[in-house]
Amino acid sequence: MIKKGSQIVCESLLREGCDVVFGIPGGAILPLYQTLPEYPELRHILVRHEQGASLAADAYARITGKPGVAFATSGPGATNLVTGIASAQMDSVPLVIVTGQVNSWTLGTDAFQETDITGITLPITKHNFLVMDARDIADTIKEAFYIANSGRPGPVLVDIPRDAFNQQVDYSDEPSIDLPGYSPSTKGNNRQIKRAAKLIAQAEKPVIIAGHGIIISKAYDELRQLAEKAQIPVITTLLGISCFPEDHVLWTGWPGMHGMAYSSLALDEADLIIALGMRFDDRITGNPQKFAVNSRKIHIDIDPSEIGKNISVDVPIVGDVKEILLELNPIIEESAHPEWLKRIDQLKIEHPSLKLPQTDKLLARQVIKDISEITDGQATLVTGVGQHQMWAAQHYRFKKLCSFLTSGGSGTMGYEVPAAMGAQVADPDATVWSICGDGGFQMTMSELATIVENRLPVKFAILNNGFLGMVRQWQEIFFESSYVSTGYSGNPDFVKLAEAYGIKGIRVTDKTQVKPAITEAMDHDGPVLIDFIVEQEDNVYPMIPSGMTVNEIIEENLDQKVTS
Amino acid sequence: MSSFSEKHTITALVEDRPGVLNRISSMFRRRGYNISSLAVGQSETSGLSRMTFVVQGDTKTVEMVAKNLNKLVEVIKVLDISDENAVSRELALIRVNSDVSNRGEIMQIVDIFRAKIVDVSKDTLMVEVTGDEDKVDSLVDLLATFGVHEVMRTGTVAMSRGVSFESLSGPEN
Repeated sequence: MIKKGSQIVCESLLREGCDVVFGIPGGAILPLYQTLPEYPELRHILVRHEQGASLAADAYARITGKPGVAFATSGPGATNLVTGIASAQMDSVPLVIVTGQVNSWTLGTDAFQETDITGITLPITKHNFLVMDARDIADTIKEAFYIANSGRPGPVLVDIPRDAFNQQVDYSDEPSIDLPGYSPSTKGNNRQIKRAAKLIAQAEKPVIIAGHGIIISKAYDELRQLAEKAQIPVITTLLGISCFPEDHVLWTGWPGMHGMAYSSLALDEADLIIALGMRFDDRITGNPQKFAVNSRKIHIDIDPSEIGKNISVDVPIVGDVKEILLELNPIIEESAHPEWLKRIDQLKIEHPSLKLPQTDKLLARQVIKDISEITDGQATLVTGVGQHQMWAAQHYRFKKLCSFLTSGGSGTMGYEVPAAMGAQVADPDATVWSICGDGGFQMTMSELATIVENRLPVKFAILNNGFLGMVRQWQEIFFESSYVSTGYSGNPDFVKLAEAYGIKGIRVTDKTQVKPAITEAMDHDGPVLIDFIVEQEDNVYPMIPSGMTVNEIIEENLDQKVTS
Repeated sequence: MSSFSEKHTITALVEDRPGVLNRISSMFRRRGYNISSLAVGQSETSGLSRMTFVVQGDTKTVEMVAKNLNKLVEVIKVLDISDENAVSRELALIRVNSDVSNRGEIMQIVDIFRAKIVDVSKDTLMVEVTGDEDKVDSLVDLLATFGVHEVMRTGTVAMSRGVSFESLSGPEN
């Protein structure tokens, strides 16, 4: 059967189960776009900036567990994807990106819109390909999907010159995978699993720290079984949030720079840390030499290069966390740890990290608490990066699994708008709240048009403090309140902006209006943007300054009035 | 833990494709690993190349180098043969100042090192030597007294002797 390269791309995507593509056409990728009408099963969402495509695909992948797919043209189209690709790489999110490239005979000549995108994305993709011949497209796309979504997931970019899309080739053979150097192992080592069970049996003060790996491998039930069987408190990482229901009695928050003090203290006091699908990020460990020195550590992760990278461990187990827990859970002993659980409760009382100060002012944190209450912890929350992100993670009580999307490793501001779009596309029935900073929102707000165009009922809550809030907080604490370039005095009227896009806009300036506004947004059939004018100089606490330890934790003085 | 200056020899079997060297060197650069030498050539299997890296660092660093090499899709097998009974060799060409007065002396040194003179001109000699890194270093040092113009070294290639060695690519690191 003779087919064009562009047709083979579409058929290969469909064969891999892709149903949505985010992208923008341009010269080099045009032959592929002109083929799309032949494949109506492939829904294309026309974004307004390619960064929106890669970030939306990221969220789509996190919700569906399938690789998110994005298209962009050569040159600036491809480079605009880069931030989203780097984010996905840091957060282990599977993407398959198809970029158009200039005609193969002009490669290397600095042709119009030529950029070496495989070179540029080499260190920020799990792998990438330049396909020079349409005969290789089917195999390459199959390999791209396999690499993206096996082992530790990540983004894979496939760059295809314009002429290869038009090239007519025989397309009859089943595509096959030929990757002799790639065989991620998922099964954990038996001897180490037995050693882990032994350590768990011996532990008096065990803690689980559950990361993104639990969500990626859908090991929710297995995590819960382990925790309940041995009565072990469960701490999550930032990206692990929503892998364990937060109304569970064993839930013990999340630790680190802005995590709950009791979580960080529990890690410090524990005699055994069971790390599941996480990578001991510096935002969790602070000074790695002084991190959790009282404990032995079991580290389960699918990426061997994460084991021993930041923290030395006693029992390393490489493999898929679900498969390993399925082996481990039956051989661990039932136990209780009443003393330890009592100690955890005491830490929670002594360090009420989630308590809000008494004030009439409108605090951003209050907005999150109210959204949490009104949605009963059942919404999908998408955030940007900064203070609002930390407050969302702290004050929303996640009861739905896989319902918190945030750019953790890369800290990509602007994630909140396109990722909310991707999450809503992935799960049209979900209640999606995009928690935005006024800074990050303005980085990607052009996607509001895409949201309207595709009738996506995303609810936006801009926590508008007129500052790059987290940077301002650092300036306050570390630079004697010298607010260099962090004040946003020229913010637009976000309500009018929403209305310009045909989105319902609400402004909230008073604490008493918060709940009614949230309810109004929930009741509205379509996207809504609420501009919450919040306290400008509120800080995120607790705070463990970068590179420090839990002993240097700064907690909020709740007796003191909030600064104004 | 061993000292930073310790040198480790790692070999990798990799797919012979455009960009592979770029991926590997990019990984070394990004992670801040220090390569003392790198040699690449075809392996016994067509389509596959074999690389020898001499890496400076402590045991942990070298372990991370091996793990990160293994993560690259086009890298098939990685071996740390530092502690193995291995043969390591490099080839060097050395252009050294020489005239009639000292030619004999240089030739004597070259003989002792089982090296060869491969080119002679009025003012210079070109010496070809193979051996491990230390041997090549020593010869270069000795010839330096005559004035060395130019040194071209291939970097070390290494192979373990006829004993089995442990792979680093296993899942249970």
